[in-house]
Amino acid sequence: MTATTVSQHVRYQTKVAHRRATSEPAWVRWTFIAIALAFLTLFLFVPLAAVFTEALRKGWHTYLSALVDPDALSAIWLTLIAAAIALPLNLIFGVAAAWAIAKFEFRGKSVLITLIDLPFAVSPVVAGLIYVLIFGLQGWFGAWLIDNDLKVIFAIPSIVLATVFVTFPFIARELIPLMQAQGKDEEEAALVLGASGWQILWRVTLPNIKWGLLYGMILTNARAMGEFGAVSVVSGHIRGLTNTMPLHVEILYNEYQYAAAFAVASLLALLALVTLALKTFVEWQSAKHAADAERESNE
Amino acid sequence: MSKKTNVLPGFNLSLGYTLLYLSLIVLIPLSAAFLKTTEFSFSEFWQVVTAPRVVASYKLTFGASLIGAFINAIFGLLTAWVLVRYDFFGKKLIDALVDLPFALPTAVAGIALTAVYAKNGWIGSFLEPNGIHVAFTPVGVVIALTFIGLPFVVRTVQPVLEDLESETEEAAASLGANRWQTFYKIIFPALLPALMTGFALAFARAIGEYGSVIFIAGNMPMVSEITPLIIITKLEQYDYTGATAVAVVMLVISFLLLLAINGLQWWSNRRNAEAIE
Repeated sequence: MTATTVSQHVRYQTKVAHRRATSEPAWVRWTFIAIALAFLTLFLFVPLAAVFTEALRKGWHTYLSALVDPDALSAIWLTLIAAAIALPLNLIFGVAAAWAIAKFEFRGKSVLITLIDLPFAVSPVVAGLIYVLIFGLQGWFGAWLIDNDLKVIFAIPSIVLATVFVTFPFIARELIPLMQAQGKDEEEAALVLGASGWQILWRVTLPNIKWGLLYGMILTNARAMGEFGAVSVVSGHIRGLTNTMPLHVEILYNEYQYAAAFAVASLLALLALVTLALKTFVEWQSAKHAADAERESNE
Repeated sequence: MSKKTNVLPGFNLSLGYTLLYLSLIVLIPLSAAFLKTTEFSFSEFWQVVTAPRVVASYKLTFGASLIGAFINAIFGLLTAWVLVRYDFFGKKLIDALVDLPFALPTAVAGIALTAVYAKNGWIGSFLEPNGIHVAFTPVGVVIALTFIGLPFVVRTVQPVLEDLESETEEAAASLGANRWQTFYKIIFPALLPALMTGFALAFARAIGEYGSVIFIAGNMPMVSEITPLIIITKLEQYDYTGATAVAVVMLVISFLLLLAINGLQWWSNRRNAEAIE
């Protein structure tokens, strides 16, 4: 007990000494903080505040009526559907890709990782375009789709596809380094004890990666609900049918219905704030778990 | 470790599913874009992608993305520094809010920035009387691209700065270096790979950006029209081949940037590994 207090004290003393030798004078510190805060205020906080101010400029009544408008409700519904389909699809892919990449060695692994990253590098507009080239009227399957009376472009399937594309790497990206760092000792131990492959996945791997998984899901969901460029190309902007929330915001804005546009936008901004709060919570939790695990292994 | 000694199940299933899904969602659709351009002869293709209006859009997209990425490199480095090295009230909240451009839908960012920088907006009303026009000019494009690239530099530099050992700084100080010398001879070289990675990520993201730009840009041909918008305009005129030709140019640029970023990350990781040893 006393030994630890002394060592803590010594550590504190050296920390103070470090800081003196390796820090800046107070005026420099406060100037830096002031410049950084001014930059963030100008680019982040002011625009964020503007969303809510503009939304409420004409009062609560206009605000609420913009949100319960049938077209707005159908846009909200479609956004939820697209996210609800894209999320599990990319979740299954993310776990499968991370399992193959983190637990096994094979040729071309680094090429595969780069290919998984591709959708991050592709412009959302180009992402939408490629689906038009395949499913559009003059596309590969265009004639066949018309013959069979199926609609993909300017309909919900293409909106889902575009959403899946732009959120494609998020979960895999989160899981691959995490599972690589964890290694495969625990899975091998479970195998020796007689567990089947699915039992290992459900009882060993998934509990180990749950925070990373959740983190990836939060990012995927935020991007899925907010995607604009890719969805804009494939949706056709049919009100009440193929409009997602961000597209509805655009239409209202272009019709000079600013208060209504910002009202719907404020919902998306709230979603972004909730996303950031959840993300911070998950980061905090996973750091805590990592610290606990380290303490256990040291004991 | 070789594959033979690996006893875990599910390799064929997981890799097979990964390759199938990757091909269906990403690789086959992307190859459609390249196949589509074969409908063109090379000279036709070249004519479309070097038309004056398209070239003007490349210049704007690249120029504005570069300026935005530079602004983010400077202020992102400063922000990361302040968040790692200093304590001040509300630091945790601000740290969390840095990721706002990742979380906020681009269309919302676009209309918010336009509202703020327009003639009667909170910031625009100060700038306009002094002859500084932001909304509906190329400056507005820079503002939007700075916004969406903001978290990249902060988030790549921050962890490297956190892991930086203070011993080297102390050694430099005890050898008589002043604080500025310590920074640009010791700290800055250690941060450089991460800083460049963040710069490249912000730049790559800005090149393809659409949603946040179109509201604030004004979209005047030859002046404030970005390349992704050219693709949209061609699509709306049912010029699918033309749209695809411009898209292929953008795709090639994205691939090159992705390779560059991978190279930078490899360099950055190696530099960190060396520092730990």
